[in-house]
Amino acid sequence: MMERRRLTAKLRAPGWYRAGAYLVGGVLFAAALVTVARLAYGFSTPFDGADGWDANWQNAVLIVALLAAPLFFLVGIGCFDYWFYWASGRPTRPEDHSSHGATSWRDYFRVNTDHKVIGIQYVVTSFFFMLVGGLLAMLVRAELAAPGAQFVDPNAYNGLFSVHASLMIFLFIIPVFAGLANYVLPLMIGAPDMAFPRLNALSFWMLPVAGTMMTASFFAPGGSFATGWTAYAPLSTSVPMGQLFFTIGVQFAGASSIATALNFLVSIITMRAPGMSFWRMPLLVWANFSTSLLVVIATPFVAASQFFVLLDYALGFNFFVPERSGDVLMYQHVFWFYSHPAVYIMMLPGFGIVSEILSVKARKPIFGYRMMAFSLLAIVLLGFTVWAHHMFVSGMQAWIRIPMMVTTAIIAVPTGIKIFSWLATLWRGVLHLDTPMLFALGFLTMFTLGGISGVMLAMLPVTIHVSDTYFIVAHIHYVLYGGSLFTIFAGVYYWFPKMTGRMFDDRLGRLHFWLTFVSFNLTFGPMHLIGVQGMPRRVADYADQFATWNLFISLASFVLGLSTLIFVYNVVRAWRTGPRAEANPWRSLTLEWQVTSPPPIFNFDRVPTVVGGPYEYGVPDAVHGIFRPAGEEARTPQPSAVAGGDTSRE
Amino acid sequence: MGSEEITTSAESRSHLKELLAIGLIASVIGVVLGIAIDWFPTQASEEAERIDTLWDVLIVFSVPVFVLVVVVVLYCVWRYGMKPGEELKDGPPIHGNTRLEIIWTAIPAIILVALCSYSYVVLTDIEEADARALNVRVVGEQFTWTFYYKDASGEEVASPQLYVPRGRQVNFTVQSLDVIHDFWVPAFRMKIDAVPGVDTHLRVTPKTNGRYPVVCAELCGLGHAVMRQTAHVVDPPAFEQWLEDRASGAADGGGGGGTDEAGGEAGAPDGQTIFTDAGCGGCHALADAGTTGGVGPDLDDSLAQRDEAFIEQGIVEPDAEIAEGYTPGLMPPNFGETLQPAELDALVEYLAEVSG
Repeated sequence: MMERRRLTAKLRAPGWYRAGAYLVGGVLFAAALVTVARLAYGFSTPFDGADGWDANWQNAVLIVALLAAPLFFLVGIGCFDYWFYWASGRPTRPEDHSSHGATSWRDYFRVNTDHKVIGIQYVVTSFFFMLVGGLLAMLVRAELAAPGAQFVDPNAYNGLFSVHASLMIFLFIIPVFAGLANYVLPLMIGAPDMAFPRLNALSFWMLPVAGTMMTASFFAPGGSFATGWTAYAPLSTSVPMGQLFFTIGVQFAGASSIATALNFLVSIITMRAPGMSFWRMPLLVWANFSTSLLVVIATPFVAASQFFVLLDYALGFNFFVPERSGDVLMYQHVFWFYSHPAVYIMMLPGFGIVSEILSVKARKPIFGYRMMAFSLLAIVLLGFTVWAHHMFVSGMQAWIRIPMMVTTAIIAVPTGIKIFSWLATLWRGVLHLDTPMLFALGFLTMFTLGGISGVMLAMLPVTIHVSDTYFIVAHIHYVLYGGSLFTIFAGVYYWFPKMTGRMFDDRLGRLHFWLTFVSFNLTFGPMHLIGVQGMPRRVADYADQFATWNLFISLASFVLGLSTLIFVYNVVRAWRTGPRAEANPWRSLTLEWQVTSPPPIFNFDRVPTVVGGPYEYGVPDAVHGIFRPAGEEARTPQPSAVAGGDTSRE
Repeated sequence: MGSEEITTSAESRSHLKELLAIGLIASVIGVVLGIAIDWFPTQASEEAERIDTLWDVLIVFSVPVFVLVVVVVLYCVWRYGMKPGEELKDGPPIHGNTRLEIIWTAIPAIILVALCSYSYVVLTDIEEADARALNVRVVGEQFTWTFYYKDASGEEVASPQLYVPRGRQVNFTVQSLDVIHDFWVPAFRMKIDAVPGVDTHLRVTPKTNGRYPVVCAELCGLGHAVMRQTAHVVDPPAFEQWLEDRASGAADGGGGGGTDEAGGEAGAPDGQTIFTDAGCGGCHALADAGTTGGVGPDLDDSLAQRDEAFIEQGIVEPDAEIAEGYTPGLMPPNFGETLQPAELDALVEYLAEVSG
């Protein structure tokens, strides 16, 4: 009796038990809905006996379940409890931040509205999917170590690289930046939390849903989605069911992105500490402001492109059937109108991280702060004008290629401004060459290489030859691994003491850097060459002339894969048993380092007031923010220069 | 070195000179290496020549940028890396330099616009239409290409192999029957997507005789990696002869494997040549032909003890009977159309013989 009551209570309270029950309910709901609809239209249903359990019924249930079950799960785990109570007029929990903070590891597996908890949930979850995606990449390289088929059939191979790319993009790089910013950004602007803590929690919980869906696609009938992360129609509308695990998974990842970006925008605009004008914001805040603009404007387009696929696939809408007035190229335009800006969504937060680290570790102000901020905004603007450079050989109208070539080349100008300014920041500094700094410097060189191959790719005649070859594979990995991932490692090491209150082992960190840096170049460097020589991408089998290089690349990639384990070992060990970290081990000026490590439950026991720029290293006695004793803010008149966060004049 | 307290501006200027000297030397070495690398496959078209030159120009402009960034980073690490005793020292509070910022905005912008202009010129050159161009219709489907020519009487002639005359522009009209493919001949440097519902175009002027792979460059499904055929560049008379033979249904498809691509040799077609030329070996292992493809059944096993009727059905109607464990719909269904009767017979006979 007691036992039963306890179980009932568990099933009623938000958490995993209720989530599991609702998940089952979601699947049953899908089955019921499909059966009723099919009965109404006179199609086969299980009521017709054994024949009714046919593939059509099963596939229909699967599609509806993919859409509905995650929503049931999110309700079950408790993302909507507060809103439902509030909407139905029932008493909500009176204390606004009742579920703030985490006291044990279990708290990270619950819906929590504390931005610091959510930040860690984000980072750990996305690193989990990074390891899964990395493992898939290792399998890809194992297959490619020799020409011909070795381990996997073509379907499985196409699935491996498709899921690898989708996880790395939608479940690692985009969310891990959101996670780092989630933790750091409110602290940096002197806010107690994000503007919408409950929306923040919902954003996070959509991620494991999307990631599980994409990973689980390997168990779908007919295998996982195997059309690349680009999922070009009409291939994607004519393959087995696994495709929809991508089509629908992207919707959840995208919704998560959009909600977080709105949250960042509102937090940055309305919740800055007194005195934190726009021109006193650290560049990480600027970077996330720019990124969020991109996300809010662009991400709905990828959602649309996948809804088109879904409607074509499931309901026969003929968006991409030329015989029925469909337009195949339309998919690519809509898709790349998101997916090109997505490259900057995956890059700008890294620019922010590197700006923080280079300035602190070179002990100098960031060179050309305002130009750094303006160049971010320029990239946002230009980022929307270049999408069709992914379609130079797609057969679209010829004239549009020329303006796209010019804008693509010109976007290198604001990017160049950033690189030169970072170099000037290093000039005559005092460089602390520890792990975060090494990764930041590694980023600077590797991203430059990726940017340069990007400029070469902007030049249309070159792209006619090298598009869809390994040159592209090399280019995107220099940008996303040498670029984004190096900044992610830099950022994780840099803020690790703040987030965990522990210090990592710097020697292991440097070993991680050097092993990663060298094997990264050995892996992706030769890909430039074999691409230009004519090896197409996305093939399990290739001409014998590329065999030697591919074996070399595969061997290097295994070292690259193993080097990640050093990182995992280092952070896990440091988190459990590392030495306690000081509040400000890097002697940084920004606000997040002026509080304890980890920070107090509401971030600031005393409200900070910002009185100067964030990077005034070398200026005697410079301070960025001051903390007035509690209760004093009412008495002290605001200095005129810091008259509230909403005036952006200096 | 480590003992200097404050880096004066005079010292800074000498550091700058030192840096520029190192950067200049490293850039020269980098550019030389970049040009020395043998980047490209055979240059088999006039377009390839223009594109390869553009590539070299891009190397000359790009490598120094990369080298300079690396040199500055390494130089700063060497010169300004923290030395013992400097743990609490800060650098000079330099916030910016407007002149420098204008320079590194303007110069890259000018270089980029210049490179775009040059690329535009190259593009107009390689896409210039020649009225005397030979028209070839290229049709992609999962997972093969078929090439259609017009013979003397205006009838369309289909071929599984691409034959083009040297020195005459070819105007390809590219189409697709199912999903998106991409028609690419790396030796020509030119590619274009085959898009369902759209005719796309590509112009190439072949200039070097030889056999070059035709590659599908856009992921098109399970057989994407084996969607390969051969482009033959031959002398114009040999091409005319080949087309005539093709139209009259005589002779073989591949010039009997002759290296000079004479084409149109008389005599019975050679089964093994047809097997390799039609791309069968991309998917099927066959010991006699030395192929190891694993996408389709191993023919040494699956055809053993089978009669010629079975083999012919397997080629013409591949989905009629699928070997256990293999996927239907992978093998192109149009070999009955693209192989000529004599070729089909020779291929069937050859397979029956070697798999026996």
